[in-house]
Amino acid sequence: MTAATMRRNRPSGFRISKRVLPYVLSLPALLVCIGILIPFFTSVVYSFQRYRLSQPWARQFNWGDNYISFFTDPKFWNTLEISLLYAGITVLLELLLGLGIAMLLQKRSTLNNFISIMLLMPLMTAPALAALMWKLMTNPGFGVLSYLASLIGLQDFRWASSPSTALFTVVLVDIWVYTPFIMILLLAGLRSLPTQPFEAAALDGVPRSFVFFRITLPMLTPYILTATLFRLLDSIQQFDIIYAMTQGGPGDTLTVFQVEAYLNFFQSTNVGRSAALMIILWAITYFLSNIFIKNWLRLRERARGQA
Amino acid sequence: MEHTSLLERILRGVALTLVVIFFMFPIVWIFMMSFQTNETILRIPPQLVFKPTLANYTALITGKLTTAAGTLDIAFMRNLWNSVFLSVTSVAVALLLGVPAAYAFARHKFRGSEDIAFTLLSFRFAPALLVLLPLTLYFQKLGLANTYIGLIWVYQLICLPLILWIVRGYFEDIPADIEYAYRIAGHSWFATFRKIALPLAGPGIAAAGLLAFIFAWNNFVFALVLASADKQPVTVGALAFITSSGIQYGQISAAIVLSITPTLALALYAQRYLVEGLSLGAVKG
Repeated sequence: MTAATMRRNRPSGFRISKRVLPYVLSLPALLVCIGILIPFFTSVVYSFQRYRLSQPWARQFNWGDNYISFFTDPKFWNTLEISLLYAGITVLLELLLGLGIAMLLQKRSTLNNFISIMLLMPLMTAPALAALMWKLMTNPGFGVLSYLASLIGLQDFRWASSPSTALFTVVLVDIWVYTPFIMILLLAGLRSLPTQPFEAAALDGVPRSFVFFRITLPMLTPYILTATLFRLLDSIQQFDIIYAMTQGGPGDTLTVFQVEAYLNFFQSTNVGRSAALMIILWAITYFLSNIFIKNWLRLRERARGQA
Repeated sequence: MEHTSLLERILRGVALTLVVIFFMFPIVWIFMMSFQTNETILRIPPQLVFKPTLANYTALITGKLTTAAGTLDIAFMRNLWNSVFLSVTSVAVALLLGVPAAYAFARHKFRGSEDIAFTLLSFRFAPALLVLLPLTLYFQKLGLANTYIGLIWVYQLICLPLILWIVRGYFEDIPADIEYAYRIAGHSWFATFRKIALPLAGPGIAAAGLLAFIFAWNNFVFALVLASADKQPVTVGALAFITSSGIQYGQISAAIVLSITPTLALALYAQRYLVEGLSLGAVKG
């Protein structure tokens, strides 16, 4: 009915048919991004080639060799292990911390709102610069954290420069930067929960732990899932913090996927291996992002419904 | 919930204090270091009270670093300018491309619309180096290596999905009836878009732009791979600065302070929209 009326009163001016218009509007954005799809397919091709920038003459298809060699390559298993470990530890700790802080700040008050805004500052700091800040603070010569460590009896604590504590140090920086991300999403989730179930539980004198595990957590689950998957997707790809802090070192302690691919490409100029690594990482993130998008869409619908 | 015991309130207070200290301390400490000379920085134990100096900032701004060994040129202001230019231009381009597309996705369900929207979203989650590494080889052939145009193009990978999905949500919040009424009054779709949709979605578009700016500014890996020293933003420049300036820790701190201040200030200004932006429109603050 409305559409029919509109067609009759076709306005003057831009005469673009209603069917073409949306394509015209979205095409420029799409074209810009298609340029990015080409390198993606190039990566797929490279990953099936023996391709070293130092030996361009020896470039040829070796089909699955790059991937097959991963099975017997301890460096690859190290990369996979450290990437999963890094993503797992950071996201788990950030989730626990973020949930805890969100619950501390749940009640709306001037102080709580002020603190939650302040806590956003690490998140808005560029991760690479955050890593540099921590690098200065953990400097063995004058770093304030090295000094504090020595006060509690940790003489000569080497932070990121020792293989035994490097992972701990970058995880600490990751937690510093990204816990506020989970905190702020869960805080928004907590504050949007309906109040009746909690009031009813309080009236009935239900124990707090019961309220938390049986009411708060289930109702918060969509927010927790979205925040966790979002972080997991980013964390398994972490590059900035690790590269700025240690460049993957010491040795190959922290050669997560993207760092290893970067070093393979620019240092050992092994384009084929680097591309194969990225394809494997892409497969992992593709799998995760599909789960993520489902949850994210559900939450988005809900937010739109509230508007 | 109302009758919290004194013990619990004390515990909550302690926990919150520890949280605030952990998250604020690094920023405060670097800020303090930026006003110190190397001499006070290197003192052990670290000093909380010191005579502040602006020398680090003047050295950065004038680009002349005077050490015992002589004067050293530092190009940090160049990095700062690159950050400003790259972020502003990238966001402008992303708004120009993204806002009409967001409008199309919000108002018209056309064939393939969701596929296109999700393809654009998926760029947000793909590993950056997957496309960046082959792109370095392409850029060398195309003459785009180490150019602003090439960088701004790649920056669309961060800015476009963000703007598209946030602004789309704002357009969807505008009741379509308002637009129909205006169209029926005899106005073109473009007039409707310009006079009705854009102003109503205005605050959302501004917020999405600010967030895109923050993410563009904070990006590290794109410029690390695709730009050399003269085109690098602060994130990459600061890293190079550490190696080149050696032990001038005060200057490094001042450089970090100058580099993080714009995003922190913008974030405080736009904090009302941060939740929505960070979740790409899935959670409202």
